[in-house]
Amino acid sequence: MKHHFRRQGWVAGLFALLVALFILTKFIQPNYGAGDLGSLVRAVLPYAFAVAAQTVVVIAGGIDLSVAAMMALTSVTAASMMAGASEEYALLVVPFVLAMGFALGAVNGILIVVSRVPDIVVTLATLFMLQGAALLVLGAPGGGAAEWLKSLVVGTIPLPGLPDSVTAWIPKSLVLLVVLLCIVWIPLNRSKLGLSIYAIGSSELAAFRSGVPVARTKILAYAFAGLFAAMGGLSLTMSTGIGAPIPGPYLLASVAAVVLGGVALGGGKGSLLGPIIAVFVLRLVRTDLTLLAIDPNVTAIVEGSIMVAVVMFGAFITMRSRSS
Amino acid sequence: MSISATASQPAPLGRRIKRFMSDYPLVPLLALLLLLVLVLQIMQPGIVNQRWIANTVKFAIPLALLAGCQTMTMLTGGIDLSVGTVATMAAFIVATQGVDHAAPVAMLIALVPAVLIGFANGIGVGVFRVHPLIMTLGTSLIGVGFLQVYQRTVIAAGAKVPDFLIWLGTGLTGGIPNALLLFIPVAALLIFIQRRTGFGRLLYATGDNERATRLAGVKYWQVILALYMFSSVLAGIMGLLYMGLIRAPSLSLAEPLVLPSVAAAVIGGTSIFGGRGSYTGTIVGALILTVLTTLLTILQMPEGARRILFGAIVLLVTAAYLRIVDDR
Amino acid sequence: MTTSPLLDATGVAKRYGAVAALKNASLSLLPGEVHALMGANGAGKSTLVKILTGAISANVGRILVRGQERDIRSPAKARKAGLVPVYQEPSLIPDLDVLSNLRLTNTPVEPFRNWVRELGVPDLDLRELARDVPLAIQRVLDLARALAVEPDVLLLDEMTAALPANLAERVLEVVKGQSRTGRSVIFISHRFVEIAALCDRATVLRDGETVGVVDIVPGVEERIVELMLGAKVEKRRVTQQRAEDAASPAGGSTRIAVRNLSVGTKLQDVSFDLKDGEVAGVVALEGQGQDELFAALAGSIRPAGGTIEVDGRQVRFSHPADAVQAGIAYVPGDRTEALAMQQSVRENIALPFSAAFRNWGPIRMGKEGATVQGAIERLQIDTRAQREVQRLSGGNQQKVTIARWIAADARTLLCFDPTRGIDVGTKQEIYKLLRQLAAQGKSVLFYTSELEEVQLVCDRAIVIFGGRVVDILPVEIADEAALTRAAYGLPRDAKADVGILADVHSDPVTRP
Repeated sequence: MKHHFRRQGWVAGLFALLVALFILTKFIQPNYGAGDLGSLVRAVLPYAFAVAAQTVVVIAGGIDLSVAAMMALTSVTAASMMAGASEEYALLVVPFVLAMGFALGAVNGILIVVSRVPDIVVTLATLFMLQGAALLVLGAPGGGAAEWLKSLVVGTIPLPGLPDSVTAWIPKSLVLLVVLLCIVWIPLNRSKLGLSIYAIGSSELAAFRSGVPVARTKILAYAFAGLFAAMGGLSLTMSTGIGAPIPGPYLLASVAAVVLGGVALGGGKGSLLGPIIAVFVLRLVRTDLTLLAIDPNVTAIVEGSIMVAVVMFGAFITMRSRSS
Repeated sequence: MSISATASQPAPLGRRIKRFMSDYPLVPLLALLLLLVLVLQIMQPGIVNQRWIANTVKFAIPLALLAGCQTMTMLTGGIDLSVGTVATMAAFIVATQGVDHAAPVAMLIALVPAVLIGFANGIGVGVFRVHPLIMTLGTSLIGVGFLQVYQRTVIAAGAKVPDFLIWLGTGLTGGIPNALLLFIPVAALLIFIQRRTGFGRLLYATGDNERATRLAGVKYWQVILALYMFSSVLAGIMGLLYMGLIRAPSLSLAEPLVLPSVAAAVIGGTSIFGGRGSYTGTIVGALILTVLTTLLTILQMPEGARRILFGAIVLLVTAAYLRIVDDR
Repeated sequence: MTTSPLLDATGVAKRYGAVAALKNASLSLLPGEVHALMGANGAGKSTLVKILTGAISANVGRILVRGQERDIRSPAKARKAGLVPVYQEPSLIPDLDVLSNLRLTNTPVEPFRNWVRELGVPDLDLRELARDVPLAIQRVLDLARALAVEPDVLLLDEMTAALPANLAERVLEVVKGQSRTGRSVIFISHRFVEIAALCDRATVLRDGETVGVVDIVPGVEERIVELMLGAKVEKRRVTQQRAEDAASPAGGSTRIAVRNLSVGTKLQDVSFDLKDGEVAGVVALEGQGQDELFAALAGSIRPAGGTIEVDGRQVRFSHPADAVQAGIAYVPGDRTEALAMQQSVRENIALPFSAAFRNWGPIRMGKEGATVQGAIERLQIDTRAQREVQRLSGGNQQKVTIARWIAADARTLLCFDPTRGIDVGTKQEIYKLLRQLAAQGKSVLFYTSELEEVQLVCDRAIVIFGGRVVDILPVEIADEAALTRAAYGLPRDAKADVGILADVHSDPVTRP
């Protein structure tokens, strides 16, 4: 019980930090309003999906370095398929890209299980390959996106019975994020597969002895990571209207947010909520730095330093818990 | 209770081949290199001449230097992905500081970030035990940030690459690239460190079995800190040379060489798991990749396909290596 | 007997490369019996258990469950076939709560609850993370989880180890009750008391082979000890003489003094001296705290209490480098712990030379070569395959680990089962070498799982049981039988009498 509380306490503390940062933001910039929140969430979207992808594999005791490259590939695939195509065609593109992410993630997992090469090396190699594939699909940023897809992340959702002043604070992109994460995460978490993912991350030996099919579980964990990465790629295309073949800075950010969100890098612990809040915290720090009129490049330095510090802290904690 | 295997038994053929491969990795590598050159010559008769060789060597040297960083760090089971950023920083700084300062001073200033990033990497990996991939990726991100800030401050002043670096990077003396003046001593030093110094011994031993080195009284963090600082400075020196070769400062100058540098070390027989490899193999690996790149260019293979190929090489070689080690 | 066996395993063997972990094991289990599986360290008990529960699969052998050949090549399949284990180390997933752990293994909750209550844990919160449940309770939960699926065969590996007395008693009762329902239990234990109280028969393994099946009757302990040791008991008396010849007259100054040392939960309050010029044996069953003792002396882990003095000065090692500095070198039994397997013999032997920062520079190859060559010759290492240590035979590998510290001129060697799994000839050479070292005034602490070695090499034997020194035997009386008795915590003069044995745990014998 004590442990349970400590874990929830971490997430609660993180949430409190987020609220404090919002208050700070409002303090720095008194007219920080609903519109700014909308753009914050839009900026968060790809990060959030990258983090969700990383969270699944880290809980399973692995790591996926190919997250950002996978997002780039799915993004350019979607953008190039939708370029000049009809609005209806996009209805087919979306499930296709999601399936592609799932399949490519599964390939990651299969390569790890079959080659017996450590996950970090395999996903490094697939990082290169996915990058290359993205360049083959689109040599330079380009492509297009269906209007209805783009509109999914812009604006707010009018809810009947609620005044505009309230709905203004519920951006569509936030709803989209929550809905998509919940649709995948909640059934997964409740299922036996979800349990097995936690089990192999917590102790592969104990899981094996408990009759968990370790290889299959690992492959599926990577497949779900691929699915989330594909969502991230789609969200990139949705918010920019194009696809870019060069991966964004999502890899390190995803690892940092996972650690900050209370998911131990050793595996078996944590849930999705913490890392998602952590992503918001990291993005909001950036917003605040920008609002303080700090050079955006300095912001990048501060942000990078925070992430490295977080990762170092995480590694330190893991080392401590292993040696005790 | 058990029967211990004796070493004198004649081993089956497959195993003997494996042993030969791991004892003399240079032989198949050189054969591969010759084969590639041959294919090139057949595809474009007459392309292989002295000028082509000099040019190939000139472009293989920066890659081989960067791959030297990977070889050294991989010996301990690590990797250094920050080398691209470090080299780029050194190159950019030397070009911009060259305006106000004498060449030696500019070069020294250019190596400062290399030392700092190497130090940060060493602390992160050696003391905090962050995975080297993540750590070096992180520091390289921070480095890029610093470079962009720095660029703002010097953007008005313009750039001037020291003449000495241009001479070193692009010049030929009697048909032989001047860059060899830098490369041969550096390569000799690397090979000497690996074979004949206590530090080199510890790199191999640490990558092979960290626990054993601990029991022998080795302090892991000392080795790792020294290693990553060394790797970073080497990357910085490579950046200086590369600046002389390319002559146009940019914010992502050496970045495209990072992936090939990993591939060159892996092809050259350095194990990504540590404990095995040598710089001689890496040099041949860098030559192979450079020739391969020419070949792919002639075949008009796009950059994307090249990356896929490099990634596949890393994975396949690693998996194959694992099989060789596994069933002894 | 007319009833057909519930489980019948015959001719089971398992090899790892050239090493045979199990050669020819058989085990036949009748319905409703509690069957003890016994054997000395390394006899193959745990390998057999792993095979029976699907954790590994056998190379050869036939395993019948209720007369039928069943596929038990994974834990899930073994479970389906009705074979359910409770391992020595808890196998609950640490980061899942108890309820999720049940769900993972398809264990019905209500029966589980009932068993937990039955086993003497009245207030269990199923929402608690397994990690937060005390270790002893985790073992009970493991057992309850196994019982709840009503397995045909329950395999209990050292079930009562690390259980407090009241829980252990309940567990034994429940196990006993299990047999009344026609189900069977395979019971592995080092404790004769429990076996006498619980089991109907015992199968004894030695060197990977089943050497006997005995009915448990009063006085059978001696017979079991004999079976575990083989016919060696008489033979060894001859070699005792040799050991005495070799033993240099003790009387060196105290090199290491260990006082009230405790490490983690395994080692409690251990005191002894190691003198210059002696080889002191350490004898213990598996997992009695000897690993922790050696690790603490080697500087690998920090003790929780007590002191270590080296040459009369108290030391606190925070890194093995400190121990090496003090001239104390650790030779692990598992050679893969000590050797950089892909490096050459020379590099492995010379490894400690480069360890300190000041020695990172150029190596004086000539001087190093001579030192290494001296050590190689002294140990007669076969260097035909010296390019990579992993190509050497096990015996030669072990010689390299020792040669390293001869070359480095360490004053004290901590040898942890150095002859494990190597050939007889090399063993003899290592014995001789250790004696020579002692004759030169060096000191050796020598843990061995092969008890006959004590009289061949050691000057005395320190016996550890349950994390405490229970006896220190002079070499003259330290024959295998005496050591075995002492290692099982039996008092020195007690002969088989279950009545006396029952008191052993409450009153461990103190040092003479």
